[in-house]
Amino acid sequence: MQTIDLRGISCPTNFVKAKLALEDLDDGTAANILLDDGEPVKNVPRSLKADGHKLLGLKQSDEGHYILEIQKVEE
Amino acid sequence: MEETKQTKLDLNNLKAGGFIKERGKNLFTVRLRVPGGRMSVSRLKKIAEVAEKFGGEFVHLSVRQSIELININFKDFDAVVEELGEKQQKVASCGARVRVPVACGGCEYNPNGLVDTQKSALEVDEKLFGTPTGHHKFKVAFAGCPFDCPKSSTNDVGFSGAIEPTLDKATCISCGLCVKSCVPKALVIGENNKPVLIAEKCIWCGDCVKVCPTEAWSVKKKGYTVRIGGKWGRNPLVGTLFATFLPEDKAVDFIAAVLEWYKLKAEGLGRIRLGDTIIKEGADELLNHLRSQFPQYVVTETIAPQIIQTQVGTH
Ligand code: SF4
Ligand code: SF4
Ligand code: SF4
Repeated sequence: MQTIDLRGISCPTNFVKAKLALEDLDDGTAANILLDDGEPVKNVPRSLKADGHKLLGLKQSDEGHYILEIQKVEE
Repeated sequence: MEETKQTKLDLNNLKAGGFIKERGKNLFTVRLRVPGGRMSVSRLKKIAEVAEKFGGEFVHLSVRQSIELININFKDFDAVVEELGEKQQKVASCGARVRVPVACGGCEYNPNGLVDTQKSALEVDEKLFGTPTGHHKFKVAFAGCPFDCPKSSTNDVGFSGAIEPTLDKATCISCGLCVKSCVPKALVIGENNKPVLIAEKCIWCGDCVKVCPTEAWSVKKKGYTVRIGGKWGRNPLVGTLFATFLPEDKAVDFIAAVLEWYKLKAEGLGRIRLGDTIIKEGADELLNHLRSQFPQYVVTETIAPQIIQTQVGTH
């Protein structure tokens, strides 16, 4: 599965980067998005949901960042 | 001199105020009426034309979302009003009246917005703008969500959009996103990793509904949280809670009921704002008055507007 690493990138740049990365994926493909705790993990998932993508799950890694599993949904 | 004597003005234009004396001789600021801060591009162009023709080098954007034309000679009042087009662009108010309501963008394009603040602002502007209070100014503000960017609780009546969330446990996939998104920590992880709501901590922001991937969270109730008695200025007060989940279409009637109480109770108290009237009369007085008209939405108890100690000037 493709990993989109958005750690260390602040809002809303992280969301725009996620959008650009998702553009390269085929419809229905799943990807892991790595997000920092705090604002990023609060904002990015809901923005991606509002864009129509499917959120599959959220896990916290041992290092403290979050792994958001998402499935690309083409509009 | 000759010319001054002949100046004729339609004094009706000045009735609600909105023409404010400047330092320079004969010069006034004309405050335009821009409810909710929404300005169509075509109107903006028209205003620019009028400002160029009659005003100074710049216009001023007021803190309450108005455009103010600067350096207008009072002899040009009629021409300014006419050229702005009485239908499209009206002049605002000042003095002891209901002012133009302010509002954030609300739900139309702001992802946080829960209610249509723009619609509410337009309704209040249309129905109540300029109403004389008999005592002091009266300000209203609408925020689309509890984040309250327009600082609604520093207004005489402040509205902020709210939703009450409800969970369908069966649809929840235990992803934990809602718990992570809930800033006031009103959600905790319970049995089978499903969220549990601690109702008294919830601020009704709707973030859980917005993030939930499976629509397990949905909207049970929607409306305005209403705080009353706020003001800023020399002796600031923060308004306190009087109603919850007031339907959007009841905002005008609710404000009218508050005004009714204010007009009556402030009688004989001089130039006094609503918040100070509530402190004098007791918050329960107003609460009971509102309960008789809005029993489903008025809270069971409240406190008087809260004084902000600014530490300068003892009183
Ligand atoms: S109050 Fe809420 S809806 Fe309005 S601008 Fe602020 S965040 Fe957006
Ligand atoms: S509405 Fe806001 S405060 Fe209430 S549970 Fe949902 S996220 Fe938390
Ligand atoms: S976001 Fe939705 S699916 Fe995820 S834990 Fe919360 S209620 Fe369950």
